[in-house]
Amino acid sequence: MILSLRNINKSYDEGKMEVPVLFDISLDVEEGEYVAIMGPSGSGKSTLMNIIGCLDVATSGEYILDGENIEGKTDNEMSDIRNKTIGFVFQNFNLLPRETALENVALPMLYGGVPRSERLARAEEALKKVGLEDRMNFLPTQLSGGQKQRVAIARAIVNKPKLLLADEPTGALDTASGLQVMEIFKELNEKEGMTIVMITHEKEIADHAKRQMVIRDGRLLQGRDIG
Amino acid sequence: MTENIRISFRGIWSHKMRSFLTMLGIIIGIAAIIAIVSTIKGTNEQIKNNLIGDGTNTVVVNLSENDWEAEFSSGDIHEGIKPLDEDIRQDILDADGVESVSFYNSRNWADSVYYLGTSIDSASIYGIDRYYLDTAGLKLTEGRGLSEKEFQGKVKAALIDENLRTAVFGDTDPVGKTIEINSEPFTIVGIVDKDSQFEPVINTIEDYYMYQGDERGAIYITDTSWPIAFRYDEPKKAIVKAKNTDSMTVAGKNAEEILNATLKLPEGMNISYKAVDLTDQAAQLQSLTASTNAMLIGIASISLLVGGIGVMNIMMVSVTERTREIGLKKALGAKKKAILLQFLTEAILLSLIGGIFGVAAGLILSKIISIIAAIPVAISVPAILVAVGFSMLVGVIFGFAPSYKASNLNPIDALRYE
Repeated sequence: MILSLRNINKSYDEGKMEVPVLFDISLDVEEGEYVAIMGPSGSGKSTLMNIIGCLDVATSGEYILDGENIEGKTDNEMSDIRNKTIGFVFQNFNLLPRETALENVALPMLYGGVPRSERLARAEEALKKVGLEDRMNFLPTQLSGGQKQRVAIARAIVNKPKLLLADEPTGALDTASGLQVMEIFKELNEKEGMTIVMITHEKEIADHAKRQMVIRDGRLLQGRDIG
Repeated sequence: MTENIRISFRGIWSHKMRSFLTMLGIIIGIAAIIAIVSTIKGTNEQIKNNLIGDGTNTVVVNLSENDWEAEFSSGDIHEGIKPLDEDIRQDILDADGVESVSFYNSRNWADSVYYLGTSIDSASIYGIDRYYLDTAGLKLTEGRGLSEKEFQGKVKAALIDENLRTAVFGDTDPVGKTIEINSEPFTIVGIVDKDSQFEPVINTIEDYYMYQGDERGAIYITDTSWPIAFRYDEPKKAIVKAKNTDSMTVAGKNAEEILNATLKLPEGMNISYKAVDLTDQAAQLQSLTASTNAMLIGIASISLLVGGIGVMNIMMVSVTERTREIGLKKALGAKKKAILLQFLTEAILLSLIGGIFGVAAGLILSKIISIIAAIPVAISVPAILVAVGFSMLVGVIFGFAPSYKASNLNPIDALRYE
């Protein structure tokens, strides 16, 4: 089991009022699974994503990631977990505009204390995996949307994380580029056995995953295997 | 750390104009401080050289009566004032800070010197011993020095300096010519000139009077022939050459003490040897310029403070602009410390580059001041180091608040920031 959520509740303090966002969510993901969580905007899927990604903590409930209980971790410990265990792919790529593709991919290793020469070598390797070895020294502005997202994927996998967490990875892409991204995900999942949790509101995209579930009004409605 | 510096450079470089304008406050502040300090140092060295050192580091110790130089050209000389002999000279020579010592007699504005019947009334006359030329920093430029035979045989021989030669002899060769001192004929055997490269900087009328004496010309005869022209029992003065400018006061005081120990004068007679030391006067002048300039430095520091606030302001803007970047870096595993260091590095680098430009601008400014205002400037290396260090400190102080703000951003909010 790579991640296990037990009775997770999350609510935000909005002044005097407490706004509940997630209700009693329980979810188990095995190592090597490819899971899609679907939901319309405002359903709480981003909040769930933040909790799974250790960017936020639940108000109550238990979250165990890679055998570690996340509750009560310090800020620095959370940073380490994000750095080593999780790879993020965002809807809008979030590349550093002034750095080359190679430097962007090498960035997470900077925070893991990897020496520069090794950082660059591993970044190069990751870019090869997403088919961008000929674009290594391009700036993000010189790349197409699909290429940018592939750079972002390379950055997410460069630290060989146990869990790849993707938030609307095709949301800003045309259909062809979106399919290309899905191809890469499939390859990572099947060939490297990487666990993928993907959030999307598009059914066609969710269909690429092996397991789908829906979140609506803060509740995880169904979980069915489509393997 | 090198990665931080690289990223910071890229950040600064990508906003060249903005970075330059931000640095401008620091550049102006540092440039002003460097220029002021260089000017102070230059002025102080000028005072030190002009007033005290005279380029030769010599101190004259003479008898004074009620704080004025005692006059012995006529009247009784108290028997308690003993003649200065070789033993006393050796004692002074052994004292701290002393390099060489000479005893001599002198007359300023002698009115009894003639050449070919024309009065040379503005010259100074010195009756010197064998050590005088070396001690006073004079060197022979023509002819020969006073020989041992001339000292022992009381021969009426004389040296003149370049100023007298120009004033009296013009183009003709003075060596071998005869001048009359108190109706006694003295033959000129050589010409001497100041040994050092010292050229007084004359900015004010006071400076002019200070060096005017030298311009008038001097005649040097042996102290053994002095009594032929002047009174035989006239007390001598001492000229002491110090090891360096800083030890002049010590050397002067030591000579003063040794010489005063030779005096056997009754109570109430206010005669004693005094070192003519201009150090105190110079120190006063120096502190005067220092205090006016301390005010200027204060004003320049305010400019540096404004520069620092500019750095803080632009770093705040930079943090806001890069909120998403900060959020991303945190999501990728950057710890608070890493974010703090990154922004702090950028702030420090920004002010450090400003500081380095400021030093360069300050050096150019000092050069311009020295040309326009004819004030000598001396570049102070410690001042440059302090200025550069201080600009870094400005970066740390004013960069901390924005960096701290950046490091404490919530990654979720930061990633969502538009």
